[in-house]
Amino acid sequence: MKKTKTKLRSILSTLMPGLSSLSKRGPSGWMVLVGIAIVSSIIVMTAIAPWISPYSPILSRVGPIRAAPSLQFPLGTNQLGQDMLSRILCGGSLMLQVSALSVLICFLIGVPIGLFASYAGGMVDSTTSLVIDAVYAFPGLVIAIAIAAMLGPGVINTALSIAVVYIPSYFRIVRSQVLSIKELTYVEAARAVGAKWYTILFRYVFPNVIPSIVVVVTINFADAVLTAAGLTFIGLGVAKNIPDWGWDLTDGRQYLGSGAWWIITFPGIMIVLLALGFTLIGEGLSEMLNPKLQR
Amino acid sequence: MPLLEIESLNVDYRASRGTVHAVEDASFSLNKGETLGLAGESGSGKSTLGLSIIRLVPYPGVIASGHVRIEGTDILELPESEMQSIRGRKVAYIFQDPMTSLNPVKRIGAHFVELIRTHEPNTSAADALGRAKTILESLGILAERINDYPHQFSGGMRQRIMIGLAITLNPDLVMADEPTTALDVIVQQKILDLLEGLRKVYGMALILISHDLSIILERCDKIIVLYAGQIFEYASSKELHRAPWHPYTQGLLHSIPNIELSDQKLSAIPGSPPDMLSPPKGCRFWPRCPYAMEECRVEEPELIGHEQSHFVRCFLYDKKAGSHIERNREG
Amino acid sequence: MGLRTYVITRILLTIPTLLLLLSMVFLIMRVLPGDPVALHFEKKAEPAQMDAMRRILGLDKPLWVQYTDYLLGLVDVNYFVSHGYPNFGKSMQTFEEVGGQIFSAFPATLELALYSMVIASVIGILLGVASSKSYNSIPDHLIRGFGTIAYAIPVFFLGIIFQLIFGVYLGWLPTGLRINPRVEPPATITGLYTIDSLLEGNLYKFLESFKALLLPSLTLGIILSGIFIRLTRSNMLETLRLDFVTAARARGLKEGTVTYGYALRNAFLPVLTMMGLQFAMLLGGAILTESTFSWPGLGSYIVQRINFRDYTAIQGAVIMFGLFVTVVSLVVDVLYAYFDPRIRL
Repeated sequence: MKKTKTKLRSILSTLMPGLSSLSKRGPSGWMVLVGIAIVSSIIVMTAIAPWISPYSPILSRVGPIRAAPSLQFPLGTNQLGQDMLSRILCGGSLMLQVSALSVLICFLIGVPIGLFASYAGGMVDSTTSLVIDAVYAFPGLVIAIAIAAMLGPGVINTALSIAVVYIPSYFRIVRSQVLSIKELTYVEAARAVGAKWYTILFRYVFPNVIPSIVVVVTINFADAVLTAAGLTFIGLGVAKNIPDWGWDLTDGRQYLGSGAWWIITFPGIMIVLLALGFTLIGEGLSEMLNPKLQR
Repeated sequence: MPLLEIESLNVDYRASRGTVHAVEDASFSLNKGETLGLAGESGSGKSTLGLSIIRLVPYPGVIASGHVRIEGTDILELPESEMQSIRGRKVAYIFQDPMTSLNPVKRIGAHFVELIRTHEPNTSAADALGRAKTILESLGILAERINDYPHQFSGGMRQRIMIGLAITLNPDLVMADEPTTALDVIVQQKILDLLEGLRKVYGMALILISHDLSIILERCDKIIVLYAGQIFEYASSKELHRAPWHPYTQGLLHSIPNIELSDQKLSAIPGSPPDMLSPPKGCRFWPRCPYAMEECRVEEPELIGHEQSHFVRCFLYDKKAGSHIERNREG
Repeated sequence: MGLRTYVITRILLTIPTLLLLLSMVFLIMRVLPGDPVALHFEKKAEPAQMDAMRRILGLDKPLWVQYTDYLLGLVDVNYFVSHGYPNFGKSMQTFEEVGGQIFSAFPATLELALYSMVIASVIGILLGVASSKSYNSIPDHLIRGFGTIAYAIPVFFLGIIFQLIFGVYLGWLPTGLRINPRVEPPATITGLYTIDSLLEGNLYKFLESFKALLLPSLTLGIILSGIFIRLTRSNMLETLRLDFVTAARARGLKEGTVTYGYALRNAFLPVLTMMGLQFAMLLGGAILTESTFSWPGLGSYIVQRINFRDYTAIQGAVIMFGLFVTVVSLVVDVLYAYFDPRIRL
């Protein structure tokens, strides 16, 4: 066991110096590594998919309709005769785009608002918190559905509707961190020396907030993936011709009756894997950052 | 038969980074009604030693070997259910920080009632509550406060509640871990007097664990000096005060400020306690010892005794010279 | 401050929150692109027809008028008394009273949410405690693994799988609807079929409605338990190391008492808060679950109304959800104060 671990570590350190140190941090470190492995393989797979998929994912009738998995079609074919393997390989791209975009929007809006509002304190802080809390208490999917319904299909629209839901999480985490850092002595010292507020904010406060934000980002990603799938299921996803796991999962449901289990199973597993990958990174990181659980 | 007998006790903490020998080869005994002081710095293993007597060493701690006998019975062999009946009833432990030792969501009265009814199940709740009130009164706390929550009491009062819980079932042995550290000086004296008073009334044996040697010298019959998990010296407090043998004990005694001396220089033992993950080779104290010799850096001294009443672990004292202990150097 | 004062204060505080929520929903609905008027007409219609429709729908009035009209409608007591539900306006598609539709759909969602929450809590807490007690062992890792994977599964995926296994292949449980279509639903007292059946004294109806409820609430409950397991576990781990837990053991208290009366009682509080917050998540999941199981609740209602850009209906449903969440968070806060005496002072 120890030998395999050392071997793995040396492989990791050639890939990236930081990674091998992660493996030394115990089970939470391994969680992060596994998570990173899953997520990066999916990203890579999606990126090179156009070159490695045996058939075009949207070409109908490349094989018999609803054919069970076989040597020629390892994951079977769906009701339009499309090759499932190719659809799986290419199907992650929409989901990755939508979630990445929504996380980015969330981050770009939530973090600055959190930083400024909580640093400013007083009325600004209280009012912003009140508004954000009202949004936060709200069932996320409902808002996403409402907004997506109004905006219509499209990557950006879907990303926007998901983003709105998670902005409060960023705000809250940033705010709780800023509030505790704001009162620390060295920040006070900086103020006493006459540092401008933006210097303090960006050079003292922000760097300390980053670790918690990273955790929120990963969990955000996982949730975004699941929400995107959910929106597709309700019919609010992106346009129909693009291969997408969420779409296959939704559409393939009707063919279960005829026994074609492979149409929904593989896309479903891929979504679980993607969400799982991000969750593992987030869980592992938050455990590593939480010293209370270390002995 | 002695009330408590510890024989070659070894307690380790097994963490992923390595094993810490928190208590190494500890042996001592305690008779009914006696007081024993466990003196040592933080990390010396005194709390671990105390907790191992009731088998509550926290994870990842493990009692690796040795014997702990309470009235002849080796408790390390007992099943957990029997151990539970000993805890709180025969042997009581008072924890260090009174602010965190009580259940925040449980009323004070409930703490007592629960304790009494666990060990004496046939007691009615009303009776148990009555006993609790009596105990509180004897500790100087108003009986009406029986239904208050812990956070409504000050530190000193909470410490008294802890003591109350410890003596409720009239144990044979009470262990107090740093009973005064979390309190201010005046309250300290009161608490120690209280413990002493109760002890005399109920005839309990007391183990006092503290880093404050002055308190231990004042209040204990016997003293054990612990350093880095090892017993360095073990003698009656009179003897220890009169003739401290181990250089560490001497250092500790000299560092106690004496209010009567107007121009006393405060002395301290140079250096700091070793890293328990990789303690120094040989005698664990040699880097800080003014008398360190060649063999101290290489070999570990054993605990040797003079007429079974004064024990020391130091190469300055030689077994070879028979029943007497000779000193190798002037000291 | 006693418990009573705290509760009253808390209730009073929810009013501004609700108002804020209402306003935000209203604004979002009006501000976003997408025109309900256009949906009434198959092809491009005459401007006159569009205007007429706009007037009928009340969309021609200035925004603030629409807003005040809406607010006034909601607090219209007479309407409430005569209809049995508040005035949520008329559906923009069918022109029926939205309030009525919402109130008939809501109990189904409530029932689903309740059962799911119970399942999630029981599984979550029991497994979380078990996991924390056997720290770093195989059962611990297995339970954590389960908890992590459970939450990563899309709700509808699990739902479909359950339907397949238990409904189709094994044929044990129904796969949709609240009760066997051949059975008459119980008389409406609470709107919750299981409770109403019991109140009626009809065991058969209870069993039938329970069977229908089982798969959807298991789906939602298991997925939600993922979070509860992890949260309970980490809170328990922290609490189990605290002094008062060891002190309790040192007094010879039984391990069960220590685990539940000391550790869990204290670790539970943050879990309770999380449960309250997760309720919002639950409602989101409920929408998907309802779609999967054709469960006639508020979630299905919203999904249907979306296709018609039915502003009032969506608005009303969203507000109903918001109200629900607010009430739940109120209950959670009160429970928290009840369990933790330190908060009340």
